[in-house]
Amino acid sequence: MPRMTMIEAIRSAMDVSMARDDNVVVFGEDVGYFGGVFRCTLGLQQKYGKRRCFDTPISELGIVGTAVGMAAYGLRPCVEVQFADYVYPAYDQIVSEAARLRYRSNGQFTCPIVVRMPTGGGIFGGQTHSQSPEALFTHVSGLKVVVPSNPVDAKGLLIAAIEDPDPVIFLEPKRLYNGPFDGHHDRPVTPWSKHPLSETPDGHYVTPLGKAAIRREGRAVTILAYGTMVYVAEAAAAESNVDAEIVDLRTLLPLDLEAIVASVKKTGRCVIVHEATLTSGFGAELAALVQEACFFQLEAPVARVTGWDTPYPHAQEWDYFPGPARLARALLETLEA
Amino acid sequence: MPEPAPLRFFVPEPAVRPGDAPDFSNVPIPEAGSVRRPDVEAEPESFRDLAYSIIRVLDRNGEAVGPWAGSLTDEELAEGLRHMMTLRSFDARMQMAQRQGKTSFYMQHMGEEAVSCAFRRALEPGDMNFPTYRQAGLLIAGGYPMVEMMNQIFSNESDPLKGRQLPVMYSSKDHGFFSISGNLATQFVQAVGWAMASAIKSDAKIAVGWVGDGATAESDFHAALVFASTYRAPVVLNIVNNQWAISTFQGIARGGSGTFAARGLGFGIPALRVDGNDYLAVHAVAKWAVERARRNLGPTLVEYVTYRVGAHSTSDDPSAYRPKAESETWPLGDPVIRLKNHLIARGRWSEERHKQAEAEVLDAVIAAQKEAERHGTLHAGGKPSTRDMFEGVYAEMPPHLRRQRQQAGV
Repeated sequence: MPRMTMIEAIRSAMDVSMARDDNVVVFGEDVGYFGGVFRCTLGLQQKYGKRRCFDTPISELGIVGTAVGMAAYGLRPCVEVQFADYVYPAYDQIVSEAARLRYRSNGQFTCPIVVRMPTGGGIFGGQTHSQSPEALFTHVSGLKVVVPSNPVDAKGLLIAAIEDPDPVIFLEPKRLYNGPFDGHHDRPVTPWSKHPLSETPDGHYVTPLGKAAIRREGRAVTILAYGTMVYVAEAAAAESNVDAEIVDLRTLLPLDLEAIVASVKKTGRCVIVHEATLTSGFGAELAALVQEACFFQLEAPVARVTGWDTPYPHAQEWDYFPGPARLARALLETLEA
Repeated sequence: MPEPAPLRFFVPEPAVRPGDAPDFSNVPIPEAGSVRRPDVEAEPESFRDLAYSIIRVLDRNGEAVGPWAGSLTDEELAEGLRHMMTLRSFDARMQMAQRQGKTSFYMQHMGEEAVSCAFRRALEPGDMNFPTYRQAGLLIAGGYPMVEMMNQIFSNESDPLKGRQLPVMYSSKDHGFFSISGNLATQFVQAVGWAMASAIKSDAKIAVGWVGDGATAESDFHAALVFASTYRAPVVLNIVNNQWAISTFQGIARGGSGTFAARGLGFGIPALRVDGNDYLAVHAVAKWAVERARRNLGPTLVEYVTYRVGAHSTSDDPSAYRPKAESETWPLGDPVIRLKNHLIARGRWSEERHKQAEAEVLDAVIAAQKEAERHGTLHAGGKPSTRDMFEGVYAEMPPHLRRQRQQAGV
């Protein structure tokens, strides 16, 4: 089985999809000739030609707006927004157009597009290269929202997203592009080649949307995590000696509530972790769902460990980033509660 | 050196306001037939002046004159007149239906009928319009059943959109009419995307984007022009300048630009300005622009100079912001009367036939309305089910929506 980085896996997903379906087109800023600033589309223009993989003007609204029109025509655009922090000019096209087209036209027009964007921090990117805007999309009816945490999932989920009949927001944790990152920023980077989830089939396969994965089984507490936080959770559990069960949500919308409820009913405790800011973050939705479904099994309040409610800082990145130490403290507090 | 005067903040104002005498002396109107017709293959640089003029065919005597004349037969013109009369009659009935509480909202076309009715004639089956809310002429002239439009307006049990959309936000893929968003200008750039897709697939179909004068200020408009220009998309980009964006005169969106059409020049997109109340001129220019798109010559930006005679919508009262008699002094006249007079001048029509046609058109509209009302109106009779509200958000209903539908008891 070949080993891939997250970047290679994402590229392979687009390659496989473009080879299988002529209607799949890939475009965005620096995406064509150069292959993307993170190199996710490297070689695709060479292989499939400029009509299927091309550079665009710097206009996120133009990228998504034209993708909506192309999808209405019958193509399957998989577009890149260079950083999730830059998606806001396209927000209206995503929220008012892509997400509602099927509904408002009663299925006459549909919008099978994928909007890929690097998300999250950990690269000293400051406030314009570090944001985690997933909750802005999970709040929108008509969208699907995916956050992969490893190469084999990233490929299968991206293929599923491209083949999905509805618009999918595909958030790629950029700190995971080249290796799993557990929040210990002072330690050497672990490459994907040493991680079992980098084993990624070359060909076509699908990882279904809406299904979570258990990354670590445990009995003491459930950690709900996605993206980079999956590795932070693993580190926190190991370093605090807590027998935590780690649920990697993979898809935030639609959510695998069944897997979450099964785990929390088993452990009786739940800690939610995400990089995004606390207030009205996706953790709030998770906490509400957990208490609705598991109130009588809960032995402690549901806890949230998140980025602080500030813009993403530069120099203070590691004071902001919810690392293993903060999560470990929350785990111990939840166990003592 | 003396100190410069303090900076002054400038806000454009229309020439007149309620209580003033209407004044269109600032709208220069060239003689009909005076603007040249470039070859569709001409270099866009060679006819930049057309973005600042107004292409007109019908003169004051109802004659069709100049190089843009002659694109339609007498039969087609008579049919065009009937389309515009139908749209006007349809509007009057639906406006009344809204006052009677049969629907929540309506938007009429009074004065702008020629723009969408004549444009529709220049398209082929399979071409796709991305319209705004004031182009129902595309449907009427395209043969879409009026009763379907009314079912949508009444949000009744036969509403093709299942009660999910505000009245007049039609959608008909089969009739080349993309679902109207209601958000302004968003669809201008989607039209460009659709056209790019058609080119990517080596297809023969073209797209048409529509936007109002006010909404050209949206970023989507500029993104559409950039993408259309960059990829030479087979698209016609239409700006309907009806002078008023609700209460805001067109000078607020236009700013220092001479005309809206001229916005295209900076993008290297050929731009034409046309008399939007002249059915023949609209059709001739539409045909020219459609041919350019179809022949791989790229996008064209067209500004239709017209006037919104009615209110913006049933929720608007124009007497609060413009002189009451302004529409009567609009120098480009009324599109229905102008085409009627032309057909009379050609000996193909008469006042009597016109009266008779008005009665026929009204009968057809009333018959359609009766049929639609059998399926219900907004607050009476059959309506879309609560279940319909939950359907169609996704291709397949996800578990959370299924739970909510159960909670709603359907």
